[in-house]
Amino acid sequence: MRSLIDVIRAGRTVERHHPWPRVAVDGDSWLAVAGLLADGQLSLRGLWGEPSRVHMAIGAEDGSDVCVISLDCPDRRFPSIAAHHRPALRLERTIHDLFGLEAIGTPDSRPWLDHGRWQIRFPLGEQRAAAAPDAPPYQFLAAEGEDLHRIAVGPVHAGIIEPGHFRFTASGEAVVRLEERLGYTHKGVEGLMAGSSVERAARLAGRVSGDSTVAYALAFSQAVEAAQQIAVPPRALWLRALMAELERLANHLGDIGAICNDASFALMHAHCGVLRERVLRAADIAFGHRLMRDVVVPGGLAHDIADAGPAAIRAALGEIRRHFPALIDLYDNTASLQDRTVGTGSLNPALARQFAAGGYIGRASGRNHDARRKPGYRPYDVLRFEVPVLDDGDVNARVWIRIREVEQSLSLADQIMDGLESGPVRVPLQSPAEPTEGMAIVEGFRGDILAWLRLDGDRIERCHLRDPSWFQWPLLEAAIEGNIVADFPLCNKSFNCSYSGHDL
Amino acid sequence: MVVISDILVQLVQMTLVLLLAPLFTGFVRKIKARLLRRKGASVFQPYRDLLRLLRKEVVLAENASWLFRVTPYITFAAIWVAAALVPTFATGLQFSWSADLIAIVALLGSARFFLALAGMDVGTSFGGIGSSREVMIAALAEPAMLLMVFCVALIAGSTQLSTVATFMASSEVGLRISLGMAMIALIMVALAENARIPVDNPATHLELTMVHEAMILEYSGRHLAMIEFGAFLKLLFYVSLIICVFFPWQITIVGAGPASYLAGAGAYIFKLAVASLLLAAFETATAKMRVFRVPEFLGAALMLGLLGTLLRFVSRSF
Repeated sequence: MRSLIDVIRAGRTVERHHPWPRVAVDGDSWLAVAGLLADGQLSLRGLWGEPSRVHMAIGAEDGSDVCVISLDCPDRRFPSIAAHHRPALRLERTIHDLFGLEAIGTPDSRPWLDHGRWQIRFPLGEQRAAAAPDAPPYQFLAAEGEDLHRIAVGPVHAGIIEPGHFRFTASGEAVVRLEERLGYTHKGVEGLMAGSSVERAARLAGRVSGDSTVAYALAFSQAVEAAQQIAVPPRALWLRALMAELERLANHLGDIGAICNDASFALMHAHCGVLRERVLRAADIAFGHRLMRDVVVPGGLAHDIADAGPAAIRAALGEIRRHFPALIDLYDNTASLQDRTVGTGSLNPALARQFAAGGYIGRASGRNHDARRKPGYRPYDVLRFEVPVLDDGDVNARVWIRIREVEQSLSLADQIMDGLESGPVRVPLQSPAEPTEGMAIVEGFRGDILAWLRLDGDRIERCHLRDPSWFQWPLLEAAIEGNIVADFPLCNKSFNCSYSGHDL
Repeated sequence: MVVISDILVQLVQMTLVLLLAPLFTGFVRKIKARLLRRKGASVFQPYRDLLRLLRKEVVLAENASWLFRVTPYITFAAIWVAAALVPTFATGLQFSWSADLIAIVALLGSARFFLALAGMDVGTSFGGIGSSREVMIAALAEPAMLLMVFCVALIAGSTQLSTVATFMASSEVGLRISLGMAMIALIMVALAENARIPVDNPATHLELTMVHEAMILEYSGRHLAMIEFGAFLKLLFYVSLIICVFFPWQITIVGAGPASYLAGAGAYIFKLAVASLLLAAFETATAKMRVFRVPEFLGAALMLGLLGTLLRFVSRSF
């Protein structure tokens, strides 16, 4: 079998792609990489298309050595990766829906994002096609056996949550199979970005998934800065990290409470909600927006932190430090709650590894990976923090990873505010004559967000944003198997995958 | 004269439970909200909800049968009659002579039977899930309830609630282990039957975890109002039953003066307030249990009822 080094040597390294190499390869090398992925020697970080080309981001299991492999497919066909490595499946189906590129040998040729409700097919492809008026209804996977029954949930739910359809096949209360159907919140972000200015695209990037707006803006901005080879002033880098940690804090606090609420333990939800609100208000004072939207922009920050900001953030962090330990005790000592979370929705570490699941889902199943560490980005190289890892893989482990990350984020936010230098927070962008490509991997609260783009002057030619949920949603299907139907909301909340970021 | 006063007491109590039921639920919700540091809706919100639902149009599924339409009224009527059989502030109810505790269990059983059928009538998956879970819970709660009835009846010498309450209020009773067991059993059954935490969550929005709510997902308008009202009444009924059998202090015994009726009513309201506080505190401090833990929970209630009954046979002093 050929190693990755051989593949890269055989291919043609594309110029002006930063910070990691991009290699144009032929079909054989493409398949060789698929073999390496299937072997577990590499992990898949992303797979996306262009009108007549497919790209695949790969890396070592620990997150380092990122590399993009590109395959030209003028006949609009490419060898399927999913045939060898299942995590690529939904990405390939999406490439087909958006670009009309066909994966040869794919184990599943059903559409994914395209529900037949768009006016056209292949909206980003070279040849758009009119939507087929009599497209066959979506075929859910079969599950056969005595006494099995199906439960269809969503896309409209009893509560106010994002839309997604879940098709359960259950034997009594036990789940035999769960199949997800997503794509209801497809907004065509990548289509909107193509041809738009960097500023407009940055605003779009911040709107891909509302709860991760800082992380998305950060990933996009880092990719632009990498493409243009700009160095952002240190103060902007540190403030970006501060915002990212505040976002992580707010979301983790909200999640911890919401998971307990799904076990009907509203007390945790209420108290965590108060702490989350404190973080959001401090963010509002410091950065002018509760979720800190549109503050991170390519080249730095839209504006500096407000004068009252550091004091407000310190007050919020202080309050969390005072009250959070009591909430951890409450979580840990409520037997009825522990009974629900311990052992529920176990995710096998081998699957987490295969899918390269990021964030708390991967770390709760023994995957020691954090994009802040590897591949790593500034200023986390000089900040002290630990990456908590557990092996249990159940709902309880995912709650504990969040609890530990809250503690780490508190410490990081303090370190950042102590080490903050004065200086400018923005540098102007350039407008290079030749097209350049940039890429970034950023740790959002859910996991690693990948941004890849090609700039043509000050216009975006093509931008792809890959949400961590792409590699987490399929794992939810695996984690729920063997559990009971009534435990699904609890498992789902402990995963808390993004609908919007996934559907894009 | 006695008959007239009995009828009067009966009418007043029937009206009282009807008027108090939404308030009691509203009060429990308010306390739960306060315990969660929320303001919470007004205690009168359940009345407004009922009025709102009554004014709203009924949306019926195309394949809904007559059963689906009559069930709200049947369940409401059955629960109301059951509630009318429980002495709240005065014993000597007119209806007491025609129906006892076992009849009450049967009335509640019929209400549930119709509701479970209606849940499956439209053929949605949630209705089916709700009905199957509800029946699983009921199959265990009903025997536990009956054993509790036997235990109390053995001690009081009657299954008729006015007599039981009169006996329990007298000084003959004293502290009895079997009564304590029966009380715990009844409280556990009451939590399960009223879809409270830890068996069900009355405030959940998660379709897949619902029990009672899943059965009634398809109801709307006045039908939903009747079912909701029935649920309010049922909660008040169980609390009144626990009060009447185990804490009948200050209850007015037949033949007492008018002042006694006032004191009885005051004591009843006070006991309800205490009960709502306890219920809200318990629900806030507990998470919901897994569906398959419910049989264990109700099995414990059944065993307690059984032990209480057996102990009575072992020695009369229990």
